[in-house]
This record gives sequence, structure tokens and C-alpha cells, in this order.
Amino acid sequence: MKLKNIEETFFKALMIASTLAIAGVLLMIIGTIVYKGLPSLTWDMVTKLPGGGFYLGKEGGVLNAIVGSIYIVAGSLVLSLFMSIPVVMYINFYLPKKSWFASVVRFSFDILFGIPSIVYGAFGFALMVYLGVRASLMGGIITIAMLITPIMMRSLDEVARLQSRDLPDALLSLGATKLEMIRVITRQIMPGLMTAVLLAVGRGIGDAATVLFTAGFTDNIPQSLNQPVATLPLAIFFQLGSPVEEVQNRAYASAVILTVIILLLSFSARFFSSRYSKSKI
Amino acid sequence: MKQIRAIKERTARYVMLGLAIFALVLLVVIGISLLIKALPIIREKGMITLLTSSDWRPLKNEFGFLPFILSTLYVSLIAIAIALPLSLLASVYLNTYASGKVRKMFQPFIDVLSGIPSVIYGVWGTLAIVPLIANHIAPHFIEFSSGYSMLAGGVVLAVMILPLLISILVEVFQSIPREMTDASLQLGATKWQTVKQVLLRKSFPGIMAAVVLSVSRAFGETIAVLMVCGNITQMPSGLFDACYPLPALIANNYGEMMSMPSYESALMLAAFLLFIIVLVFNALSRLTLVQIERRYHL
Repeated sequence: MKLKNIEETFFKALMIASTLAIAGVLLMIIGTIVYKGLPSLTWDMVTKLPGGGFYLGKEGGVLNAIVGSIYIVAGSLVLSLFMSIPVVMYINFYLPKKSWFASVVRFSFDILFGIPSIVYGAFGFALMVYLGVRASLMGGIITIAMLITPIMMRSLDEVARLQSRDLPDALLSLGATKLEMIRVITRQIMPGLMTAVLLAVGRGIGDAATVLFTAGFTDNIPQSLNQPVATLPLAIFFQLGSPVEEVQNRAYASAVILTVIILLLSFSARFFSSRYSKSKI
Repeated sequence: MKQIRAIKERTARYVMLGLAIFALVLLVVIGISLLIKALPIIREKGMITLLTSSDWRPLKNEFGFLPFILSTLYVSLIAIAIALPLSLLASVYLNTYASGKVRKMFQPFIDVLSGIPSVIYGVWGTLAIVPLIANHIAPHFIEFSSGYSMLAGGVVLAVMILPLLISILVEVFQSIPREMTDASLQLGATKWQTVKQVLLRKSFPGIMAAVVLSVSRAFGETIAVLMVCGNITQMPSGLFDACYPLPALIANNYGEMMSMPSYESALMLAAFLLFIIVLVFNALSRLTLVQIERRYHL
């Protein structure tokens, strides 16, 4: 066998090994979490608030964190939809195809996408101190909205760019205003919008560094926007920091809950995007 | 009726433009407000002292960031050193060798890896990586390590940046014109020779951009490194030593910082440093990627 063929076989094997290793790591992560967490995952975990002495290993669950995370993500999702849909529509359908302004906006969203969540957290915190607002549901919603808007923007932009120009042209020539045109297009890109939403929700629900400063933590479900709120990632983080074994086990169980939520979101995003977005790989 | 439509149209246009500008302004506002918060400590100590001193005693008003900067740097370098070879090999395989079916099968793994929250990576790190290092790896080299170490941080971060690296690398490889690799194959080169001589060489700028982008992702990662790095303020000196990256520093001290203005200012400086580094890294690599796309697709 020639040297080049030996080399070929060697590197091909190495490549397959790396690819399998990467897939294996994911399975290992999920396996580890489920293996450690499943024994402590009881019905009480998802249906009960932390009871008295919860952090010493007594009764209760993490319902406060589950509901809190849902509140925060729902609120920030609304905010970020109001922000990203108009901007994406504007740069794609109002501005000419090779507008410099559109590229600048896209570029700035690429950059915002890369800003670490801890920086958003610190900025949100500074802003709240300046405004005299305490850590609250409101603060959490606003910072998470800052975190997920670039994600929404980028995936919406991808869908909008692939949209054929025939439909907008037809609408305009029938006498529709651009605003009316956009309403139709928004309906048209609904599956893409769903994917963007699910991606953003996944990112928002799992982020801990942003809400650490801005949302606070509480054992109750908040009744208004200016009360602090618990979140699932922070619940995991805090419980894991406890010296009590019971509580640590609950952290693993909470991690299973979060992982299941993320897996569900990821697979439904895949379901919606299977036809509409270009496959990256 | 006609007028109402026209008015709606015009208002909508301005609102949209306003929102687009707001998005631009946000970036600037974040930078400036962090800088304003950080200014008192910069004025007091001077930027150079802050960045090069390793003396960190907030209670004595000493704020030397060097241990944290080095920790961040080392952990990210370990991460990229582990992740780059793996993801290069995997994405070359997916791009050049694998069938469409295999590619389709692999995509969900990347999606899920990139979707897993950092706190879950942190939990996995404390459950799997930290004990592995403490019980099986470190004993071969040094007498004792708790496992909460620079290496643990690097390994966890490596896994976290894999999906980003792979998806950019695959995109970069796809942007290389088919004719180039075909020409090489037709001249009798093996696939690997083609990869080595043509694909990797041609996509070098793209690979660099992917590396810079992932390193900057690693710089900013907070909760996962906070959970596995050990968080001891010291000059990191070995793989098995605990370290204390910048984001972990910010996250760990947010509660106390309200009481001491200079402490708060110092932590905001940490956030500002992260912001600037990530901003520059991102801008450079995004520009490179945009250029690559333009060169081959216009």
C-alpha cells in the first residue's frame, strides 16, 4: 500500500473517531444528568413550592423556579418579538437589497449575539440601580429580552432573506401598502418564526448569568412585576451549592427537568425548521 | 380611508426605523454605561496597574486583575486546544466524507449540544470531569488536586464551544468552491491530500475566524466555569490548580458589591473588559466571515 493511502485510512479513522466522540459526549452528558437526577425526581418536585426547611432537605419542590422561568421567558419573548419582527421586516423589505444600513444593523446583531450573558446581567443590574429598581420579575424580563433578541433577529433574518420576492411584489402591485404587505409576509414565514421563538426560549430559559443579578430569587411565585422571581438554572446552581446531600440530589433532579425542557424545545424547533431553513451541515 | 392607510404606513415606517436604530444604539449604551461605572476605579488606580497587578484584596482597596485575566486566558486556550482538533476532524469528515444521511443524523447532536444551558454543563462538569481529574488524572502528576481546576474548566468549555466551532467550520468549508477540490481529486490526490493541500489552506481565514469567535464565547462563559474552576484568587500556575476567570469573579461577588463603591466599580470594570474584548474579537471574525461569503458567492 502506498504511503498516501495509509495516511488516508489513518485520518479517515481519526475523523470518524472524533465525530463519534462528539456525539458520545452529548450522550454522556445527558446520561450522567439523568442517571444522577432521576432517582430524586418525584412528582412533588414539579408540583410543589419549597416547603419550610426545603434547603435542609425537607419537603417541597421547585415549582417556584419552573413557573418563574416561564414568566420571565414569556415576558421577554413578547418584548423581543415586538423588537425583532419590525426590525427584520424593515431591513429586508423596506430597505433596498444592498443597503449599508441593513448590513450595519445585521452586523450589530451579530455582535450583540456574541456579548456574554454576564455582561448583559451586569449592564441590566447597573441600569436597575440607576433607575432605583430592585431585582425583580421586571428586571429579569428586560435583561433576558436583551439576551434573546439578537438570537430571534438572526434566525428571523435568515428566513426573511430566503423569502422569494414574488409575493411582496404581487402585493405591492395590487395596491397594498408596505405595512399590509408585511402582515401577509409575517403569516408566510410563520414556521420560521416558530423556530426562532423556540430557539430563543431555549436560550432564555437556560441562562443563569443574566438573571443572577436582575431577577433575584424567592421561594414564592411572584404576584407582580416588581417582586423577585426564582429561575430554574439558579435553583439548580443554589441547590448544588448546599452541603446537604438531599438538596444536592434535588439539584440533579432539577437539572433533569431543565434538560427535558431543552430537549423538547430543541426537537420541536427542528420539526418546524426541517423544511424551511437551510441545513447548516 | 385612504389617508388612514397612508398615515399608518408612514408611522409604521418610522417606528421600524426607530427600533432598528435602537438596536444599534443599545450596543453603544451598554459599552458606555459599563465604562462610566468603571471610571472611578480606573481614575483611582490607573488602568495599567489594574491590569498588571496581581494583588486582589478588595477590603484593603487593592484591585489587581491579573490573576483573573490569566485564568480566563488559560482556560479558554485549554478549551480551544481540545476543541479545535476534534471539531476540525469532525467537520472535515462531515463536509468531505460523510453521506447526506450521516450529516442529517449528526445535525441534532450539534443542535442539542448548542442548546444545553451552561448550568447543565456545570452540573455535568462537577459530576463527571471534576472527579475524573481528582481521582484518575491528577494523581499521576501531582500529589493532590481537588479536581476543581483549570483543566476541568478547559474541558467543560471545550465541549461548550464544540457546536459553535463545528457549525462555522462546516459553513466555511462549504463556501470553498467545489471545482477546487474536484481538480485536486482528478489529479490523483487522495481525499485527505485534497483536504490537507486545498480545503484547509483555502479556508484558513475562516478557520481563524471560527477560532476567535469560539474563544470569545469561552471568555464570557460564566456559570459553568464558576462551578468547576475552584474560584481561588491566585496566579494560576498549573493545569490542576484552581483558577478564577473574570465572569466567575463578577457572578460570585454581585451580592457584596453594593456596600463598597470601589468594589462595585472594579467589578463593572471586569464586565467592561469582557465586553470590549468580546466586541473586538467578534467584530474581527464576523468581518472575516462576511468577506469569505462575499468572495465566493457574489
